[in-house]
Amino acid sequence: MSAATLYGLCGAALVGLGLYGLLVNPQPLRKILSFNLVGSGVFLLFGVVARRGAALGMGGDPVPQALVITGIVVAFSATALAVALLLRLHDATGSATLAAPEPGAPPAA
Amino acid sequence: MSTLPNAIPALTTAGGFLLVLALMLPLVGVLLALVLGGRNARRVVFFTLPLGLALAVAIAVEALQTGNPLVYLLGGWAPPLGVALRADGLSVVMLLTTAAIILAVAIYARDDFSTPAGASEARAPLLFWALLLAVWGSLNVIFLAGDLFTLYVALELLTFAGVPLVSLDGRPETLQAALRYLLYALIGSVLYMLGAVLLYGAYGTLDIALLAQRVRPEPAAFAAAALMTVGLLAKTALFPLHLWLPPAHAGAPAAASAVLSALVVKGSWFLIVRLWFDVMPGVVTLPAAQLLGALGAAAIVVGSVVALRQERLKLLVAYSTMAQIGYLFLMFPLAFDTAGNGPVHGAALSGGLLQVVSHATAKAGMFMAAGLIYAALGHDRIADLAGVARAMPVTVLAFALAGLALMGVVPSGAYLAKKLMLDAAEGSGQWWWMIVLQGGAVFTAGYVVLVLVSVLRSRSGPLPLVKRVSRLAEFAALVLAMSSLLLALAALGPVPGDLVSSPLAPKELGTLLAVFLGGALLALGLSRRPLLGAARPATGAHGGPLRRAAVAVGGAFELADLLVRRWQFASLGLLTLVVLVGGLLVIGR
Repeated sequence: MSAATLYGLCGAALVGLGLYGLLVNPQPLRKILSFNLVGSGVFLLFGVVARRGAALGMGGDPVPQALVITGIVVAFSATALAVALLLRLHDATGSATLAAPEPGAPPAA
Repeated sequence: MSTLPNAIPALTTAGGFLLVLALMLPLVGVLLALVLGGRNARRVVFFTLPLGLALAVAIAVEALQTGNPLVYLLGGWAPPLGVALRADGLSVVMLLTTAAIILAVAIYARDDFSTPAGASEARAPLLFWALLLAVWGSLNVIFLAGDLFTLYVALELLTFAGVPLVSLDGRPETLQAALRYLLYALIGSVLYMLGAVLLYGAYGTLDIALLAQRVRPEPAAFAAAALMTVGLLAKTALFPLHLWLPPAHAGAPAAASAVLSALVVKGSWFLIVRLWFDVMPGVVTLPAAQLLGALGAAAIVVGSVVALRQERLKLLVAYSTMAQIGYLFLMFPLAFDTAGNGPVHGAALSGGLLQVVSHATAKAGMFMAAGLIYAALGHDRIADLAGVARAMPVTVLAFALAGLALMGVVPSGAYLAKKLMLDAAEGSGQWWWMIVLQGGAVFTAGYVVLVLVSVLRSRSGPLPLVKRVSRLAEFAALVLAMSSLLLALAALGPVPGDLVSSPLAPKELGTLLAVFLGGALLALGLSRRPLLGAARPATGAHGGPLRRAAVAVGGAFELADLLVRRWQFASLGLLTLVVLVGGLLVIGR
């Protein structure tokens, strides 16, 4: 198994774990972490993609590197915004859940 | 409508610098508003917005005169190494619409978001004006960007600008709505990015024009198309992925709702159009497009019925947005050429574009009118709206005109759009979409009639008003609703004349009457409270088995909506849709 395949499989596993968390985990904070897990998986895949440039005699294709850095910045901002919202929600209500406030509906989260 | 060039642009075109200005202006405005702060934020907005509108007009003129898309290569580097900005017919229309609507919203919100007299700076006004410019700037990036990664960043910027607009007033329920919106949108964008990564891995570029030449129908492209399409659907809130939309759009301040509903959801819709028509017309298949159309039809039915069941006006308008989003996806199956090989730029795309513009203007006007009613009464319970028409005639007129425009009554843009799409449906033999197109208007008429009957009802005592609304805001809403209603007149030029030769013919008037009657029947049957209850206390005749059955149906739709909007269902639905779309791309050719 080549290093690229191994990295690719790792990325796929991270995406899968993250998606599972996003689906199943009720707490918003866990969902935020799961989103970051999926994001890391995608960035890892992008890193593997960068190896294709190696055929031209370079160490790697530089474009994905630049895009991954941008992607990380975007994911970081998203996380910061989500955590800020979560903190405000906790301050305002004393709890942090995503359950829609429908009277009579069983608590989904 | 010109089409995107398949030739790779080697050079910046003459008016290319205008595109850079259109991106810079709103974003510089955001920075200035935040740095200058206080009362200056609003001044910055009212300085930049007219300039931006002028820029959009200049870009449109330039594109019309040359007949070719405008291109700007950043730093002079050509793709695939560099990044290009492009403005084709689609972008120009969206740029103009966005600038005009944002300007109208700013005029509407002028008084609501003024800094209070004693304070030098208040949080909500400052943030509102900065975020308004940010939404505008990120939409401009979406319309002009020429590569899929820039589009990803723009899409995220749009979400980051839209989410705080939802929770501007800081109430717990709006904070929760904003968090749901953000988390769900993030899943969508991560799926989109995964698709972009796959495309880069397979073809070594993310430039739209280059990709269009290189993409082949093969597994990597199928996976990418499915992931990106469904990721964007989540951000557009197409049924059944709409869990975040009703609370977010109904809870936000009216001016923010207008922007979110009229423009923000259209950003991701526009990207799907780019993807299907310009990036991979050879990859997408008719069965996958039929799936999008079917989801659109389901959105129209469910959204409209649930809208009829609402007790609060803003929630009703929010569900109506969900239904109208469905309309925007009917064009996908209709845009395929008769051989079913791929979507083509044609009547269906023009119709879809026209629908977006008319929906954006009408829905912004409608949310503004609903916001004014809320502000004046201090509540927006539909059952207690009697007497509003007498107290606020201009606002009610704006609401009614916006409703007529959404229904597609004769001179409206939606009417012409419907005609174009009906023509496309007839041409490609897809008769079932003709039923949806004609029937959708009846559902729209249902909730418009419901609201109009409520506000036109006379009241025994005087209407308790808690606040006088500003004339300027009322007229801003009215102008938007009017422009949506008169859009067809402006759009008549590029459209074949025989489509609209006799808008006042008996056949057209008959259709109109049927739509109104059908809508009134729907409203009678499905509304939560008996529609004519106040006017005629003895509703025993209406409380028969028919009404009971209709109420049961309405309740069932509400339950279904509640179930679909559960987080687990919505996120599972997202993944299922990815698999479905991917499967239809593979086996549907």
